[in-house]
Amino acid sequence: MLILHCPYCGVDADETELAAGGEAHLKRFGPGSSDEEFEGYLFGRENPRGVHLERWRHAHGCGKWFHAARCTATLEVFGTYSAQVTEPPAEIREAITAKRPGWSWREFS
Amino acid sequence: MQRYSVFAVAREALRFHKGWERAWASPEPKKKYDVIIIGAGGHGLATAYYLGMNHGIRNVAVIEKGWLGGGNTGRNTTIIRSNYLQDPSAAIYEKARSLYETMSQDLNYNVMFSPRGVMMLAQTEHEVRGYKRTAHANSLQGVSTEFITPERVKELCPIMEIRGPRYPVLGALWQARGGTARHDAVAWGYARACSAMGMDIIQKCEVTGIRTEGGQVKGVSTSKGEIDCDKLAIVVAGHSGQVAEMAGFRLPIESLALQALVSEPIKPCMDVVVMANTVHGYMSQSDKGEMVIGGGTDGFNNYTQRGSFHHIEETVRALVETFPIISRLKMLRQWGGIVDMTGDRSPILSKTPVHNIFINCGWGTGGFKAIPGSGWAMAELVAKGEPGPLAAEFGLNRFREGRFIDESVAAGVAH
Ligand SMILES: Cc1cc2nc3c(=O)[nH]c(=O)nc-3n(C[C@H](O)[C@H](O)[C@H](O)COP(=O)(O)OP(=O)(O)OC[C@H]3O[C@@H](n4cnc5c(N)ncnc54)[C@H](O)[C@@H]3O)c2cc1C
Ligand SMILES: [Zn+2]
Repeated sequence: MLILHCPYCGVDADETELAAGGEAHLKRFGPGSSDEEFEGYLFGRENPRGVHLERWRHAHGCGKWFHAARCTATLEVFGTYSAQVTEPPAEIREAITAKRPGWSWREFS
Repeated sequence: MQRYSVFAVAREALRFHKGWERAWASPEPKKKYDVIIIGAGGHGLATAYYLGMNHGIRNVAVIEKGWLGGGNTGRNTTIIRSNYLQDPSAAIYEKARSLYETMSQDLNYNVMFSPRGVMMLAQTEHEVRGYKRTAHANSLQGVSTEFITPERVKELCPIMEIRGPRYPVLGALWQARGGTARHDAVAWGYARACSAMGMDIIQKCEVTGIRTEGGQVKGVSTSKGEIDCDKLAIVVAGHSGQVAEMAGFRLPIESLALQALVSEPIKPCMDVVVMANTVHGYMSQSDKGEMVIGGGTDGFNNYTQRGSFHHIEETVRALVETFPIISRLKMLRQWGGIVDMTGDRSPILSKTPVHNIFINCGWGTGGFKAIPGSGWAMAELVAKGEPGPLAAEFGLNRFREGRFIDESVAAGVAH
């Protein structure tokens, strides 16, 4: 069973307490954007076999959204971090690099 | 190809079964093919079959990283039905269902198609309205379905508890010509027929790169070397995102785990397929007597072909409520497959940003039933370079144009 550390309430939460929220750090597009931008934002997904940055909600706990970095090929969790950021913080990136040198994710790596 | 028949069985019986040939050849790859298909699941193999049968294109290779049928085609719970809501879905799934009716004869291979009837239970008022609407849509589409009463449900499936405390059965959408087939046999039957047409089925050969030149496909790099081609079809289900990335484009797809399980074999007790979408579970009985059980997908992106235990628990809990007699059954096996989910829960049969690369994916939790229809439509797309009527609505451009084929409202657990 997947266990994620909730960065808000500090609980190591079992998967049954959590709700998956899909790919993280999507760039939002609003009125006036092109069809292509909307398509990418709404439907285009990285869907990597490897390092995945994603959103989770501690649904049956404190109720807060947070981020996790996880490997979709092994289910290894590299770390969790605040929802209030648009990219993973330095220590998360380092934790990923230590295990998966050369990983990349869209524009940042 | 040696034909299978009662006479062949008798002949072989007389010579101690020493005369059977291999069902398909295992050749080394040639330098170049007219068409390369990546993925020897049902959809890839059916595409190859109809390229040969309908379009006379036989210089074809089907390249598979594992063994044929080892992906979702050999992992599914084999439900076949065509009672979808939207017209483009009904057209392609009904084409497929009708091809299943004669598949054993067409392929000279027993795929054990069993049109035993599929029933989708309505257990909320919302579902009653939804399924009545689908039944009306189906009659306009020429797909034979009907909305039946709880009494008829009980008559068709006596082991069901229709007065359950949480979700009593209020009726069901019934498709009498839906059913099941043997999944491995579908892959094997197509493989044998393709091999007999001179096509190469190359197993244990992983595609690791796609070579393009000036926006045009040139060939693929594989664990057995470089192979050239004029046209390329990507038919790899859960791995579509990965393979599309090799060709430099992104897909509106996420890969999730979907699990299934079977029980110990018991005496025949259920001769229809029952799906209960509100409580998230479905069940049928295999010819061996095992109860074949499945439910909804797990929640997060996953390539491990393993699922989370609590999803199984949820499915079993729902089914024990619906079928109290299974409460003491022992489960024999449980497994997972990686399913390719699109935003509107409909498949993609499409041209791609690279000239002469075509993709067939997004069948998600429900593509076994579609195999022959999908192969038929995909072969036409690959042969002509443009989609025919069956594939036309399923292009990638629908996501840009907001022209969805929304089946997600129609079925919570869409198998
Ligand atoms: C548990 C479960 C239950 C299901 N139940 C039903 C059901 O009841 N009814 C129904 O209609 N559908 C059901 N489905 C869905 C159905 O199984 C799939 O939609 C269908 O089998 C997809 O077939 P395919 O040929 O596209 O993919 P697959 O059979 O997965 O074939 C794709 C192949 O591509 C190969 N491949 C991937 N990457 C590469 C590469 N780089 N190089 C070479 N080869 C590669 C894979 O090894 C694989 O063999 C279920 C699925 C699962 C997992
Ligand atoms: Zn919390």
